[in-house]
Amino acid sequence: MPRYTLNINGADQTLDVEPDMPLLWALRDGLGLIGTKYGCGIAQCGACTVHVNGMAIRSCVTTVSSIAGQKVTTIEGLANGTQLHPLQQAWIDVDVAQCGYCQAGQIMSAAALLTTKPDPSDADIDAALAGNYCRCGTYLRIRSAIHKAANTKNALFYDAGRTQEQLA
Amino acid sequence: MNNDQSSLIASIRKATATGIDRRGFLKLTGLLGGGFALAAMTPSVFAAAAEDAPLISDAQLNAFIRVTPEGKIVIYSANAEMGQGIKTALPMVIAEEMGASWSDVEVLQSPVNESLFGQQGAGGSTTVPRTWDQMRQMGASAREMFIGAGAIVMEVPREELTAANSRVTHDSGEFRTFAQLASLAAKQPVPDVATLEFKEREDYTIIGTAISGVDNKVIVTGGALFGIDTRVPDMLYAAYQKCPAIGGKVVGANIEEIKRLPGIVDAFIVKGNDNVMELLDGVAIVGTNTHAVFSAKQKLNVQWDESKASKDSWSKMAKDAEALRGKRGGEPVVKKGDVDTVFGNAQNTTVEAFYEYPFVAHFCMEPMNCTADYKKGSGGTKDTVELWIPTQGPARAFGPMKTMFGLEQDQVTINQMRLGGSFGRRIYSEYVCEVTEISKRVGKPVKLTWTREDDTRHDFYRVGGFQSVKAAVNKSGKLLAFENHHIGMRSDGKLVVGSGFTADEFPLQSIDNVRVTNTLFEIRTPCGPWRAPRSNTNAFVVQSFLDEVAHKAGRDYRDFLLEILGPSRWIEEGNIRAMHTGRAAGVIKLAAEKAGWGKKLPAGTGLGLAFFFSHAGHIAEVAEVEVDANKKLKVKRVTVAVDVGPVINFSGAVSQVQGAVIDGLSTMMMQKITMEGGRIQQSNFHDYPVLRMPSAPIVDVHFIQSDYRPTGLGEPALPPLAPAVGNAIFAASGQRVRKMPLSEEGYSI
Repeated sequence: MPRYTLNINGADQTLDVEPDMPLLWALRDGLGLIGTKYGCGIAQCGACTVHVNGMAIRSCVTTVSSIAGQKVTTIEGLANGTQLHPLQQAWIDVDVAQCGYCQAGQIMSAAALLTTKPDPSDADIDAALAGNYCRCGTYLRIRSAIHKAANTKNALFYDAGRTQEQLA
Repeated sequence: MNNDQSSLIASIRKATATGIDRRGFLKLTGLLGGGFALAAMTPSVFAAAAEDAPLISDAQLNAFIRVTPEGKIVIYSANAEMGQGIKTALPMVIAEEMGASWSDVEVLQSPVNESLFGQQGAGGSTTVPRTWDQMRQMGASAREMFIGAGAIVMEVPREELTAANSRVTHDSGEFRTFAQLASLAAKQPVPDVATLEFKEREDYTIIGTAISGVDNKVIVTGGALFGIDTRVPDMLYAAYQKCPAIGGKVVGANIEEIKRLPGIVDAFIVKGNDNVMELLDGVAIVGTNTHAVFSAKQKLNVQWDESKASKDSWSKMAKDAEALRGKRGGEPVVKKGDVDTVFGNAQNTTVEAFYEYPFVAHFCMEPMNCTADYKKGSGGTKDTVELWIPTQGPARAFGPMKTMFGLEQDQVTINQMRLGGSFGRRIYSEYVCEVTEISKRVGKPVKLTWTREDDTRHDFYRVGGFQSVKAAVNKSGKLLAFENHHIGMRSDGKLVVGSGFTADEFPLQSIDNVRVTNTLFEIRTPCGPWRAPRSNTNAFVVQSFLDEVAHKAGRDYRDFLLEILGPSRWIEEGNIRAMHTGRAAGVIKLAAEKAGWGKKLPAGTGLGLAFFFSHAGHIAEVAEVEVDANKKLKVKRVTVAVDVGPVINFSGAVSQVQGAVIDGLSTMMMQKITMEGGRIQQSNFHDYPVLRMPSAPIVDVHFIQSDYRPTGLGEPALPPLAPAVGNAIFAASGQRVRKMPLSEEGYSI
């Protein structure tokens, strides 16, 4: 079986996998990094989003062999040690999650957005997150949390559990 | 008081007076927390739980509460968490009555033990109303035990003590922390439930506030929580292929070829028991990773015997239903007054319409999965199985474990996992039976994961149907008669879950002339509860149709609804699952007011109102919608007014409503499951879309926090959405929406 080396969350990992092994299952089954989720297997739902060299990609259709030697960041590697990434903290403060299953993918897409657009508009967020489904319908709070993490000014903002009226 | 308690009291007095910390104090006294069972929990049951090692070193106040030596208040959440927020909300109730500081609380998922924790399932928006008293009793009795301990230690009358902020405080200001008192509190007599007093609402400091979900940190850092995250040493991975035509039997398969594929450990045919809720025939593939078994599954060739499989055809159902348009069904199932005379009176205005709604899937983000570790007994020991199940009803698995595998409850260990969505889907547990059979066959722990395609094609669907409705109003526009020919589905002669139009539907109880008839098509496609069963389709028909009637009668829909409701009263006195017309009127008025009902809007924009009562919740919604000439829709805002009594977690409650609105919009716009020759025709997100973020409307949520008992909010905000949007489309464009999904009528979002 071929052997590939990837840098995952800052550490080199050697993987003995078939060339067609998707990164998703190498992470989940091989390395026990179960924060990255399976949702569709066809790059439609966004639950498996991770970063390869800082870009958000769908790990369910990205083979390990195609990214050998490259730098992968998963939800487990987003925080700086015990210091949560601002998006992770905002997700908690805004109480985004309902079931929570899609949220790792949402956060990874949002994190990639903020590296290129640190002060995103609603339209920027909608465009960057349109590929991440949330079956529970937490979209409004996802938007809020991204704005909160980015400290965006004058954006539509719903804080945790408060209606627009209460915020006014 | 026995000697043991006397020495404990002396130790607490000495320790807390001389400032020795809690940890040192425990060492000093060498005492361990005892515990008492509450209410229905028998001492023997409690003793069994106390064998759980971590419990013994801490002070266990009752089944739900223990206090650690560090002063952490551990509260068990006994029910299934699927995104409805129960794992945060119920511990909030306990903490409130107990007088705990929320910052001291740690919530853990409890073991599955219904004799200890009561019913541990969740569904039907029933958990809050069912456990409200129980949770308050758990908190209040712990509080009384802490106060009892405080009275002894501080040598003051208990009437002079209060519990708050994780402390028992005397009127003089002297206090002891819960941590200091925990061991003695656990030895206090458990108060008689009848003597417990609960806090007044105005004294709440936790209930009604916005608290972030207790699992949020684990969720955002990618920790293990969900069933699919389960990893057990030496575990194998499995996929399971069932017949695409539901109920087909396996004749043969290319098993040997599959076994030779990379990463495959075993493959075999499983003979089922023909029970769709337990085990259908299929082929199991077991391997060293999920990718290996999913890939092998694509190379699987199975010969199926479909002679007894489903032959269901949606196109035939739609054709047969169309032929019944405007006709009446069989013997009336609801009959009151004389609809024929009202309809025959030329003075009245009669309106007729035909509505259609499809089957839909649950489509949970986390596909069905389960992990089982079946261990064969040897040398006289019995077989055992340990299960990791993301399920709405963990104890339901005990049934098939006994009937199918001969395992008694003491041979079965169930771990309740967080659910990556459910919406009614995970009430069933056929995946539990499948993986138990596979683990037993291979003699190793196995995680079974369904592919998204399996998940879409082997659901217990929200049932589709049709309704041919007719109503009459008099000259002044008052609703006099309502008739419905409900065309639904039955299976083995019985109405399937989610199909039906019964006497408790609005507006049947509020008017004098009513007739409901049924035509039921026999189907094999499995159907089950889907977020607000029956209500999610009946609301669409009734609230859209009544808006049509109001319009024909020249009436304002808000006023028309309020007139039908009549004077403020319970429809059925003493039954909280029946509607209260005053509460209904309250939310209708509030939603209308907040949405600016009656305001002047630009051309192509309209407001639509709908009200629905379901799952004990009174909810009205007003949608503001823009429609262009190409039927491109923009739902700009949905204003929601909710009366479910006092709100427990304000954050979770708003979230449920916003989510239900977006789920409702997703479903009405674009979702439809069809079947031909018994085969489900959709498979994944490309042919079963879900609403994306750019299409999500603003959802403005308002609560009327009435003094009635709190009720659940997982479901009731969904049903009013479709008719509110449909009525808004009519107001904006003059086009009626009578068929879901709207994508089939040319609409897009």
